[in-house]
Amino acid sequence: MNKNYMVSLIAVIVLFLIAYVGTQQGAGLQLVFGIIVPYLAVSLFVVGFARRVMGWSRSAVPFRITTTCGQQSSMPWIKQAKIDNPSSTLGVIVRMFLEIVCFRSLFRNTRMKLNGGTRLTYQLELFLWIGALAFHYAFFAVVVRHLRFFTEPVPFFVTLTEQVDGFMRMEVLYDAVQAGLPGVYMSGLVLLAAALYLFLRRVFIPQVRTISLAADFFPLFLIMGIALSGIFMRYFAKVDIVAIKALTMGLVTFRPTIPEGVSGLFFAHLFLVSILLAYFPFSKLMHLGGVFLSPTRNMTGNTRQVRHVNPWNYPVKVHTYDEYEDDFREKMIEAGLPVVKMPEEQA
Amino acid sequence: MADELIKPDELLSQIDHRPSGAGWMDTPVDIRKGMYCYASNPKSVETLGLPNARPWNPLEDDWKLPENWQQIVHDGFRERLDKFRSFKVFMDICVRCGACADKCHFFIGTGDPKNMPVLRAELLRSVYRNDFTTAGKILGRLGGARPMTLDVLKEWWYYLFQCTECRRCSVFCPYGIDTAEITIMGREILNLLGLNIDWIATPVANCYRTGNHLGIQPHAFKDMLDFFVDDIEEVTGVRVQPAYMEKGADILFITPSGDVFADPGTYTCMGYMLLFHYLKEKYGLKITWSTYASEGGNFGFFTSHETMKRLNSKMYAEARRLGVKWILGGECGHMWRVISQYMDTMNGPADFLEEPVNPITGTKFENAKSTKMVHIAEFTADLIKHGKLDLDPSRNDNKIITFHDSCNPSRGMGMLDEPRYVIQNVANHFYEMPANTIREQTFCCGSGAGLNAGENMELRMAGGFPRANAVKYVHETFGVNMLACVCAIDRAALPASMGYWVPEVEVTGLHELVANALIMPGEKERETDLRGEPLPGMEE
Amino acid sequence: MSSAQSLAAKKQEILKSWFQTTVDSYPAETARFLKNQKDPFANPVGQTTYQSLDALVDALTTDAGPEVMAKALDPILRIRAVQSFTPSKATSFVFSLKQILRRHLPGIDPGSGVDMNDLDRQIDEMAMAAFDVYVACREKIFELKANESRNQFFGSLKRAGLMVETEADGPGF
Repeated sequence: MNKNYMVSLIAVIVLFLIAYVGTQQGAGLQLVFGIIVPYLAVSLFVVGFARRVMGWSRSAVPFRITTTCGQQSSMPWIKQAKIDNPSSTLGVIVRMFLEIVCFRSLFRNTRMKLNGGTRLTYQLELFLWIGALAFHYAFFAVVVRHLRFFTEPVPFFVTLTEQVDGFMRMEVLYDAVQAGLPGVYMSGLVLLAAALYLFLRRVFIPQVRTISLAADFFPLFLIMGIALSGIFMRYFAKVDIVAIKALTMGLVTFRPTIPEGVSGLFFAHLFLVSILLAYFPFSKLMHLGGVFLSPTRNMTGNTRQVRHVNPWNYPVKVHTYDEYEDDFREKMIEAGLPVVKMPEEQA
Repeated sequence: MADELIKPDELLSQIDHRPSGAGWMDTPVDIRKGMYCYASNPKSVETLGLPNARPWNPLEDDWKLPENWQQIVHDGFRERLDKFRSFKVFMDICVRCGACADKCHFFIGTGDPKNMPVLRAELLRSVYRNDFTTAGKILGRLGGARPMTLDVLKEWWYYLFQCTECRRCSVFCPYGIDTAEITIMGREILNLLGLNIDWIATPVANCYRTGNHLGIQPHAFKDMLDFFVDDIEEVTGVRVQPAYMEKGADILFITPSGDVFADPGTYTCMGYMLLFHYLKEKYGLKITWSTYASEGGNFGFFTSHETMKRLNSKMYAEARRLGVKWILGGECGHMWRVISQYMDTMNGPADFLEEPVNPITGTKFENAKSTKMVHIAEFTADLIKHGKLDLDPSRNDNKIITFHDSCNPSRGMGMLDEPRYVIQNVANHFYEMPANTIREQTFCCGSGAGLNAGENMELRMAGGFPRANAVKYVHETFGVNMLACVCAIDRAALPASMGYWVPEVEVTGLHELVANALIMPGEKERETDLRGEPLPGMEE
Repeated sequence: MSSAQSLAAKKQEILKSWFQTTVDSYPAETARFLKNQKDPFANPVGQTTYQSLDALVDALTTDAGPEVMAKALDPILRIRAVQSFTPSKATSFVFSLKQILRRHLPGIDPGSGVDMNDLDRQIDEMAMAAFDVYVACREKIFELKANESRNQFFGSLKRAGLMVETEADGPGF
């Protein structure tokens, strides 16, 4: 199984080096890595994502196969689990919201212990849930923060995110060592740590190692690579932010330029992001879109109350009552069961 | 877990003799006795007009497949991707987080890694990637893709018939991926090649022809119920008169045929008969049985969507023919998944029936407004709530009861509190099993989805262990001696499981308990329960 | 120190080591789950195995004899009897205890007070009890299988109308 993550790791390193070396003095591929690749990647992402979602939407939803995780809507005196077994659209919306925003199903992992004979205690098994939440929210915060590079003026929510995210200031901690270091963003570090955790559990938990594919390791390494190069640029390499913003603003305003003084590290960072975008629609990362379309979660559980229509429902061959009676008429009469046709009428 | 003998030095040395870390794709399938069910009888396959009927044996190398079987699998796969969004989305979005891995009773019980739900799905996904995705085509094994070979097909067959479609994994999946759905599709594709098991194929053929899984012919069906009439009279002194295919009855009653035939379901069946007699005497309610629609269960569901629809059609057809107002359904698990999530869509709309109202209490069953089929636990709970039944719960006092939520009524319907309400009103001693083994987290009996054959007893016992283990706990803690359930497969399968794991616990249906407590008009003083066991205080 | 005292003193180490060896008879994916999941309802196999081994070490410490051993062996073997193990693999964990004791006890030095021969004799007893329990479990499985086919057979007769006049469900009920 080592092959799966070694190949992925090597792939990410090679990708990084290609962009880094390719944009050094002399190679002169800044145009490729600064403009062509990002545009290509974004187009692939948008088109690929849309095609994937449309592909799913094209498939029919013949039955309402909600997973009911609580008491159904029944008689008025029985309390319904309105979120876990929703019978209204509102219930479904709340259920989906909690699923997408809080990863509620993962949270369901409870564990019990027998304490001293027969007393039961319950506890939650939280590691995967916390790891997944940390990973996704950190990722989200990082994306929001990066909007700074694509907007002018910078919208308030981006600034707000930065402030909240950067509440911990490293000057305080390392005052003597590196005065004037920029505020430390939690999100970047959390993202890196969470990605590392998700990676390690794939390596060390045998169950998860067995099920892991290269396609599970590659995006993790890619994201680690992006986070690492980003962190390095911000805190250590001190790249030229003004030049970078000129480049990114050029991209979004469709007046692309390659300003002087943009470092190879940035091009490598941008290249890995481009790879992530381009890879996204063809990978499991599409769970971002798919979770909205999961038929066991996004439908009401009241199929007995409101009929669901199957677009491809077709007639099937059945064994009708008349055929049945023809098969068994004599025996039915003998047993005193009612029949529709008496035997003499048959002829 | 290989077959070879242990070498003495292996035993004595402390070398870690865990199997090597070979990937699951490199671990070939090993079809083992006790874990698989016999292949389908060609006659049954023929009766239904399903493809490739022939005798075959899973242990032999040659499965007698059609020449172009790979093409058939490929086309069948593609067709289902288009027809079922669930299938397509579930093929694409799994991130292999492993949350489901240890939630499957077969993984917990057998310890076989390929019984982790995620791996069971990967068996199909690996072929999906190879056949239908660009990345899979380019990257091959590295991208988790592999071509469909005979070994892969055998692996599918072996493991898709080690899944009871219980949906417990789907409760824990952050994307709601439902292994039942994947098993259903996989089994449909296998059926295109004639690869079913006999425990499913033959009941389906029987049901198609005779109206029920056991192949009970109409006169024999009536004979069985007549037996019960005698037994009931012996216990209660009341002679009940079940109605058969009575035109103009108020309600058509359909229950799994297992209740008519196999102990202890038969006592549940007597329970229904007593209840219906009571309602007729007291309130003039006319409920009829049918020998044509004499099967609530639907093993077609374990074969293909089409077969399910063919068998299910009889319910509405018979209700329409008899001109009843609505349908009442007995205690059964997958029957209620079919009724709850498929029937109205497949064979509805049932606009020839009335929206179900309990004529005795006036309760409108709003939740069954469209399907027009009410679960008997809902019906009885409503009767009890309105004080319409004379009950003496003390007659169940020697039974210390726990309730097993059957997979389908809990995760495919959500009927959790109704049966509990009924039990607590007809009996005085009720204890719940631990919270992560009941309600939506309930453990399967280990024999659902057509796997309750005799030849796979080891599989059933291993898969039933998580459930039995929780029963054992309440048995040891509270003295529980009776496991109640609302499923005919449970009633058929759990006695064996209890017999192996917790022999002191018996299995009962809900309405057996109801009937024990129900004070019939004109009954004699009862000395025994329906099983002929002395009532509390009547022992000698 | 006597054997019993040495055993009692080292019980946790011995038990840990024995449990590890026993769960290692499962595939690695499963072994970790069996070992780490402490919820007795989510992981009945691991927890039952642990409790059985625990009771067996206690039985050894107190020289409790074959009956107590058989009772302690029942839960673990009841599981292993339905889990695709050969009879030898299913019961092999008993023999592995010999090696484990030799690793953890002060050993064969004369004067340590540990009577290895006596412990070996007890483990042999345990092994014999294990065979009995294992076979009883297998017999139960076959009895269940036989019952089901018998019920099916008489059921078919009954359904075919061949047994409608007879009493009850067939001979033996």
